Amino acid sequence: MPINFDTALGVHEQALYSRARRAEVLGSNIANVDTPGYKARDIDFREALGKAQQNRSISLANTQSGHISAADNQRHIEAGVKYRNPYQPSQDGNTVELHIEQAQFADNAIRYQSTLTFLGSKFSGLKNAITGGR
Amino acid sequence: MFNILDIAGSAMNAQMLRLNTTASNMANADAVASSENEAYRAKQPVFSTVLKGLNSAGVAVSGVTESTAPVARRYEPGNPQADGEGYVYVSNVNEVEEMANMISASRSFQNSAEVFNTSKDLMMRTLQLGK
Repeated sequence: MPINFDTALGVHEQALYSRARRAEVLGSNIANVDTPGYKARDIDFREALGKAQQNRSISLANTQSGHISAADNQRHIEAGVKYRNPYQPSQDGNTVELHIEQAQFADNAIRYQSTLTFLGSKFSGLKNAITGGR
Repeated sequence: MFNILDIAGSAMNAQMLRLNTTASNMANADAVASSENEAYRAKQPVFSTVLKGLNSAGVAVSGVTESTAPVARRYEPGNPQADGEGYVYVSNVNEVEEMANMISASRSFQNSAEVFNTSKDLMMRTLQLGK
């Protein structure tokens, strides 16, 4: 069995990427808490990860130079971005609710770390297989 | 992931400018001038969103506006700044508003610093991956 990073790492590689994207979106929300007219956004993680995976299993062949690569999973993750529904929108059109964004950011950071831990164990498993447990 | 450091940095920058304008407003709260046009008017920065990628948005200061609140006139004939009729013109800074503004800016700054630190920790842990 050849060691292939795509099959060895499983879903975690995409999960880490999606988590990093989500951290950027949530970070933008927190940064723009005082910007008039800013609309808070979030990534629907389930949808983003689903699309990233779907993208991996169904691949389109590029038979001509003009074909657009279907493996460009970044665009699919971007598609999962949605505007947040505010509980209490403010008068200046800003829909950032700081407590929600902070909670989501902390949640995302912890999940990012757990994905990192999973990836780390995958790597140590691979190392173990390579060295034969020595 | 590196984008997020930029975003948090731009937010801290904008909040710092807001703190600076608040500081100059507070410092000039009691400043007097000899005409209405020369009187100090409270300054306030205007924030706007700057796209730093497809979905990440930083903050920029698109300008600084001056308060249009009326400037008070005070009768102080002994003041060397007084005009011909003995009046001085006081700044239109509202100190209560400025204090609230200062606390809001410092809280927002702290939030962005927290985002920066958390992201930095996550990046450091990512670098340690596989060791």
